[in-house]
Amino acid sequence: MAKNTKKEPLFRMSKRGEVMPGWKAWGTRFIGFLLSLVVSAVVIFAITGLNPIEVFAKMGEGAFGSAKKSWVTVRDAMTMLCIAVGLAPAFKMRFWNIGAEGQILVGGLASAACMIYLKSLPGLVLIIVMMITSLIAGGLWGLLPAVFKAKWNTNETLFTLMMNYIAIQLTSFFVAQWENPPGSNSVGVINGRTGNQGWLPNLFSSGFNKDFGWNVIIVLAVTLFMYLYLNKSKHGYEISVIGDSQRTARYAGIRVNYAFVRTMVLSGAICGLAGFVAVSGSSHTISTSTAGGRGFTAIIVAWLAQFNSIVMIIFSFLLVVLQKGAQQIATSFGLNKYISEMITGIILFFLLGSEFFVNYKLRFRGRKEK
Amino acid sequence: MKKLLSLIMVVAMILSVCAIGASADDFKVGVILVGDENEGYTYAHILGVRAAMAEYGLTDANVCWYYNIPEDETCYDKCIEAVEEGCKVVFTNSYSHQTYAEQAAMENPEVQFVSMTGDGALKSGLPNFSNAFNKTFESRYVSGVVAGMKIAELDAAGKIPAAGKTEDGKVKIGYVGAYPYAEVVSGYTGFYLGIKSIYPDVVMDVQYTNSWFNQTAEAETAQALMDRGCVIIGQHADSTGAPSAIQAAKDAGKVAYSVGYNVDMLAVAPTAALTSSTNDWGVYYKYAIGAAMKGEKIVTDWSEGYETGAVAITALGPEVAPGTAEKVAEVEAAIKAGTLHVFDINTFTVGGEKVEHCFCFDSDGDWINDSVEAIEDGYYHESEYLSAPSFSLRIDGITELN
Repeated sequence: MAKNTKKEPLFRMSKRGEVMPGWKAWGTRFIGFLLSLVVSAVVIFAITGLNPIEVFAKMGEGAFGSAKKSWVTVRDAMTMLCIAVGLAPAFKMRFWNIGAEGQILVGGLASAACMIYLKSLPGLVLIIVMMITSLIAGGLWGLLPAVFKAKWNTNETLFTLMMNYIAIQLTSFFVAQWENPPGSNSVGVINGRTGNQGWLPNLFSSGFNKDFGWNVIIVLAVTLFMYLYLNKSKHGYEISVIGDSQRTARYAGIRVNYAFVRTMVLSGAICGLAGFVAVSGSSHTISTSTAGGRGFTAIIVAWLAQFNSIVMIIFSFLLVVLQKGAQQIATSFGLNKYISEMITGIILFFLLGSEFFVNYKLRFRGRKEK
Repeated sequence: MKKLLSLIMVVAMILSVCAIGASADDFKVGVILVGDENEGYTYAHILGVRAAMAEYGLTDANVCWYYNIPEDETCYDKCIEAVEEGCKVVFTNSYSHQTYAEQAAMENPEVQFVSMTGDGALKSGLPNFSNAFNKTFESRYVSGVVAGMKIAELDAAGKIPAAGKTEDGKVKIGYVGAYPYAEVVSGYTGFYLGIKSIYPDVVMDVQYTNSWFNQTAEAETAQALMDRGCVIIGQHADSTGAPSAIQAAKDAGKVAYSVGYNVDMLAVAPTAALTSSTNDWGVYYKYAIGAAMKGEKIVTDWSEGYETGAVAITALGPEVAPGTAEKVAEVEAAIKAGTLHVFDINTFTVGGEKVEHCFCFDSDGDWINDSVEAIEDGYYHESEYLSAPSFSLRIDGITELN
């Protein structure tokens, strides 16, 4: 009875037959970004009556208003980048590693433990020991769900998620062990008074906390490594084949389970290293908020960048700049943080939305199809 | 290549946006708060800062407010942001903010940092890092006097039930404490000694909630203490949980009264609330912000009480004993005049013995007091060497239940 008398819908969407050329895809995303700014401006004006240009200017000021602010932005972007880079191989393989949060925490915990117990070691040795223990701790946290997935086909999303809670409880436990002063439920700044053992030093000057050059060097090195690993190595090739189709991978003789384990150890280890960067290079303390949700935000970074480690630099900065800007306007205009979170939300919505237009096209009624 | 170009354009745009606009104010204050105006403790600080702003004609343009800042590295970042904003003085209001404030103070010697309620400034040796704490134990003592008057009245009228007294006839009091810190111990001891100064035959049970603000736990703890027979419940916790629970029990026919903290509890306990001990942080903020405006150094340890109006009790409830207002005025006058000392060594014993010697300062960082004699002239000099309370003797008559 299906009579074809129904009017054709106003528009239909269909998957693009061919992959959009790079410049066009990025142009689409850029237009999405511009549109998001326009919409944010309208929202800002409608809700607060403030001049949107001033608000955007303040956001920029919040992120890059001074040398110190710029360094803090760079520092946080580097931590974010390190996590996103760590997540990339797992997600590219379609292994849903929701456990970065926990991997960062155990990495940070390992670093903090070294700072507390091994502070008599010489500076450089201590830093290296911290890096290694963080890599190992994060790697173990990645290994466990991968082994279970490989052996018993457990659900890695739930498994990695649950590992987060274990890491959080573990952190609470050690915070209670190390709390300073006792009863405060806080570790406070570690070695702040006793000589800053285990702190990543300044690159361009003496002392600490002025520049975060070493954070940049460490994280960019990892980023470059990951780019080469994913794009130029046999392992990287295997990962992308598994990501596209596990069956194809098996058919091609790739040992999928082995690749799961190998890749998750790497993914966890780099997230653990992000914990080291966060503790040694930035916070100099450990608490259950050390990861602070970045293990989840970094998933957005990794996806937006299509797992291209180099492109992740841009998106890490974008998210951190938005966040810093958001905090700045909250302070400068006496707004609470929700308005800034709305702006971040609008921008992310448009960026993610532009992916739709990259992958699909709209056909309007009456338009002749080619 | 075009991909790269468009990315560069994104970055360029963000950068260009920030080149516009900058503001310059003469004097700026940074205020880093653990909560916001919805939380009593922080609200009291906000009122204090606002009082100072009114005093010196400062507007919100002169103050950088940072709300809901957790006790972690965020606090350090906010300290640095405040410095970047041009703040000349930065306050943090929660105890565990202090190591982060200290770190920022170390790195920014031109800016003064104050860790309210902290105890590390003197030890840090930094000239631009200080602590402040009101002599809250004084107002707790006075609120104890109010409670003591009520107990005397109830006892004289034979209204204290059998369960409200111990076997040897002492009236039971309860206390909802936050943490087993010196700050809390000092407070409840002051409260207990205030009661004892009016009605000597009392014992007190203290139960901790292990939280500064937990409505449910405070209500449950108050309930547990009332079930033990306590007729007066004091508190050192920030919510209205305990007074609400006490009012409910009183409405159901129990003999129970509440002595609150920070804010007037009459709104939630219209007949059960006797009074609350409070802080007026305005006294300190006026001093400290004034000093910073003049470019003077803020004293490392600041502690003031009734003398300057930094502490007080709130309006008396409708059911206080007759004559309470007069007695309170008398006691307050004696504290101001320096003739009455809260921790007078003749009013308490530890293990049956009078205490004639007690240290109040930890010099080596193991959190056990090992230097600076606090007992002189027959009383414990609370909050004089360090502004943070240090009285942590567990005196006879008080039992910590957990």
